[in-house]
Amino acid sequence: MASGPSGGTSSPRGVLAVINNPTFRGVIVQLVFVAVLAWFVWDVIDNTARNLQRANIAAGYGFLNRTAGFGIVQTLIDYAETSSYGRAVLVGLLNTLLVAGLGIVVATALGFLVGIARLSRNWLIAKIATAYVEIIRNIPLLLQLFFWYFAVLRAVPGMREKWTFLGVFHLNIAGLHVPRLAFGDGSIFILAAIPVAIAISVFVAHWGKGRLDRTGRKPPVGWISAALIVGLPILVFFIAGRPITFDVPVFNETGPILRRGFQSGTGMTIIPEFVGLVLALSIYTAAYIAEVVRAGIEAVSHGQSEAAASLGLKPGQTLRFVVIPQALRVIIPPLTNQYLNLTKNSSLAVAVAYPDLVSVGGTVLNQTGQAVEMVSIWMLFYLGLSLLTSMVMNYWNRRVALVER
Amino acid sequence: MSTTSSAFVRGSFIESRRPPRTSVGVIGWARANLFSSLPNSILTLVAAAFIVWALTPLVRFTIIDAVWSGEDRAVCAKATGACWAYVKAYLPQFIYGRYPIDQRWRVDIVYALLALALVPMLIPRAPLKRLNAAFLLFAYPLIAFVLLTGGHIGFRGGWLPAWIVAPSPLRFFAEYALVAMVLLLVVGLLARIAGHPVAGSGRAAGIVLGAIGLLLLVVAADFGLEPVETSNWGGLLVTLVVAVTGMVASLPLGVLLALGRRSSMPIIRLASVIFIEVWRGVPLITVLFMASVMLPLFLPDGVTFDKLLRALIGVALFNAAYMAETIRGGLQAIPRGQYEAGMAVGLGYWQRMRLIVLPQALRLVIPGIVGSFISLFKDTTLVSIIGLFDFLGQIQASANDAKWASPVTGVTGYVFAATVFWAFCFAMSRYAAYTERRLNRGRRR
Repeated sequence: MASGPSGGTSSPRGVLAVINNPTFRGVIVQLVFVAVLAWFVWDVIDNTARNLQRANIAAGYGFLNRTAGFGIVQTLIDYAETSSYGRAVLVGLLNTLLVAGLGIVVATALGFLVGIARLSRNWLIAKIATAYVEIIRNIPLLLQLFFWYFAVLRAVPGMREKWTFLGVFHLNIAGLHVPRLAFGDGSIFILAAIPVAIAISVFVAHWGKGRLDRTGRKPPVGWISAALIVGLPILVFFIAGRPITFDVPVFNETGPILRRGFQSGTGMTIIPEFVGLVLALSIYTAAYIAEVVRAGIEAVSHGQSEAAASLGLKPGQTLRFVVIPQALRVIIPPLTNQYLNLTKNSSLAVAVAYPDLVSVGGTVLNQTGQAVEMVSIWMLFYLGLSLLTSMVMNYWNRRVALVER
Repeated sequence: MSTTSSAFVRGSFIESRRPPRTSVGVIGWARANLFSSLPNSILTLVAAAFIVWALTPLVRFTIIDAVWSGEDRAVCAKATGACWAYVKAYLPQFIYGRYPIDQRWRVDIVYALLALALVPMLIPRAPLKRLNAAFLLFAYPLIAFVLLTGGHIGFRGGWLPAWIVAPSPLRFFAEYALVAMVLLLVVGLLARIAGHPVAGSGRAAGIVLGAIGLLLLVVAADFGLEPVETSNWGGLLVTLVVAVTGMVASLPLGVLLALGRRSSMPIIRLASVIFIEVWRGVPLITVLFMASVMLPLFLPDGVTFDKLLRALIGVALFNAAYMAETIRGGLQAIPRGQYEAGMAVGLGYWQRMRLIVLPQALRLVIPGIVGSFISLFKDTTLVSIIGLFDFLGQIQASANDAKWASPVTGVTGYVFAATVFWAFCFAMSRYAAYTERRLNRGRRR
C-alpha cells in the first residue's frame, strides 16, 4: 500500500490506502459488528431482567429443587407429586430418550425394508414402496400423529373390552397391554451371561480372522457367535432354575361390571400416547430412511457388482462383501441425520400430552414462569445431542472416507 | 467351372418371425416384471392382496359409504363413511378462519395475486423474472399486509418534544426525515473519506431510505379498510401467511448467513456458524415456545407483539438457518475461477457476490429452496401447538363442534387435511424434481 504514487501515510492518499486496505476494513467491520451485537445482547438482558423483576420471578435454576406437585403418567424412574421440578424434568428427558430410541429402531427396520423394496425388480412391490414414500413424506408429521392418536387409538374398545393381536398383545382405550418380564432371584446371572457371551464371541472373531489370514479358510465365526449369544443365556436360564417369567395381563370378563377389564398390577400397560407417538415418528421417518437407503445402494456403480461376479462371487457374497460395505459409507451420514430429526420431532409429544422433555418442561414453565431457564434446558439437551452426534459422525467419516491419491 | 450352380442363393431376407406372444405386450411385460420366478410370483400375489386389503376400506370410507350432503350431525351420526357434508359446511372456515365474512374479498385478492405472481415465476420460459421476483419479495408482502390487516398503523413517533409536533403520524415522519438526513450526511462523509464518488453513494443511500419511507407511508396510510385482528385469521390463510412470510423473510437472511459462514473475517464466520448450528440443532417446537414465552421478556415494557407476529419471527429465524445451509451448498458449487475472475476485473466483494456468484449459486439451489419450502409448509402445522389456528388447527377445532360431532367427523377432517397438504407438497416436490432435471441437462454433456 505504501507503494502508491505518494507513499507517505500523512497525506490524504495514504489515509485512503489504509481505508481501502481489506485487512483494515475487515477489522473495522468486525469491530462494528461486535459492538452492535453487544449492544443488542445487553439490551435484551436488561429488558429481561426488568421484566422478570416486575413479574417477581427470581432468575436462576433454584426452582429445580422446589416440589413439582403434578403427576406424570409414564415414569422410568421413581417419581411422585412430591418430587422436585428437577426430577420431573429428568423423567421427561428419559421419556424422550425412550420414545426416540424405540422410534429409531422401528424406523430403521421399516425404512430399510421399504428402501430395498423400491429397488425390487418386482414392479408391484417397487410401486407400493414408492407410493408409501410419496404419501408419507408429503403429509405433515403432526397430522399423522393426530391421525394415529385421535382417530385410531381413540377408536379402540373401552376399558371393559379389548382387541387381541398374536395372542399376547391386547389393545384398548387404556393403551397396549403386553406381558411383562418378571425377574426372580438369580436372573442377574442370566443378564450377566449376555456380556460374557459377547466377550467370548469377540475373542472367537479375533481367532477366526487370524485363522483366515494363516490358512485362507474361514471358520463359521458368525454361527458360533450367534450360538454363544443366544445359547449361553438360555443355558444359564435353565441352570438357575428358570427365574425369569412372563407376567401376563389378567383380563376379567366376568364379575361385577366395574371389576371387568384388565386387572391392575398384572402385565405391562403402554400408554396410548407412547404407542401413537412411536407409530407416527417411525412411519414418517421410515419414508426418509427409505430414500437414504435407496440412494446409498444406487450410488454403488454396476461395475462393482459385475466385477464381483466376474471374480466368481455368489450374489449373496457380492451383496455382503462388495455392495453393502460401499453403500453403508453413503448411507450412514444421512441416516444419523434422520435419527437426529426423529429425536427432535419427538418433541411433538406435547401435542398428544406424552410426557417428554418439552411437554413436562412446558408444564414446569407454566407453573413457575421460569421461561428463560426452561428454554435453555431444552436447547442445551437438543444442541448437546446434535453436537455429540456430529462429533461422532465426523470421527466415523474420517475413518471410512475413501483414501484417494 | 459350370455356369449353373445348384447352390440356392436367397434373393431376399426371410420375414422375421414374430416373437412368441408370451414375451411381448401385456403378457410379456407381466412375465418379466411380475412373474419372473416362483418367489417373485408369490411376492406379486402377496402385494396384490395387500393393495386390495389396504384400498378397499379406504375407497369404502371415502366414496362408497360417505355422506355427501346434509345440514347437521344427524346425517353423519350413523354413517360408516366420511362425512363430506361437514367438510362442505366448514370449508369457508378452513380457508379463511374467522375472518369477517363481508371482508373475505380481501383475502381472495391476496390469494389471487399470489397465484398470478407465482405461476410465471415458476415457468422457466416466462419473461421478466427479475421484475417478478422483486414484486414477490417486496411489493407483494406489502400489499398483502395492508389488505389483510387493513393497514393504517397509528405511528406516534418517539422523541421529538411535543411542543414542536404533537404525537401523531406527522411527528413520526418528521423524525424519520431527520434521521434519514443525518444518515445521508454520514454516508456522504464516509464516501468522501474513502474516495468513492459521493453522488453515486448518495443516490444509492437515498433510494434505500426513500423506499423505506414509502413503505412506512403505505403502511400508515388509511385506505378505508376495516382493521381485522390477527386473532380472527385462521385456516389456510394462517398456513399460507406463516409459510410465505417465513420463506420471504428467510431468503435474504439465509443469503447473508451463508455468505457470513464463508467469509474470511473470523468473528463474522463464527457468529454465522453459531447462529446456524443453534437453530438447526433444536426442534421447531422449542423455537415456537421460545418465541411465544421468551420474546415478550426480551422487549422493553409497553412493547407487545402480536401472537402471530411472534410465531412468524420464530419460524423465519428457524428457517433462515436451514436456508443458509442450502445456499451454502450452491456457493460451494461455484468454481473458484468465478470469484477470481471477479477480483481480476476489479469488482468489490458485494459487486462480485451480487453480479457473479449469487445469480449462479441461487439458480443451482432452486430445488433445495423448494424442498426447504415443502418442509416449512409442513412445519407450519406446529403453530397450532402455541394456540394459532392454522389449517390443521382449524380442522381439529371444528371436529369438536357440537353441531357436527359424530364418530366419523374427526377422521373425515384428517383425511381432508391430509389430501390438501399432500396435494400442495406433492406438486411442489414434482416441481423441484423437474427443475433439478432441467438444471442437470446443461451440465450433462
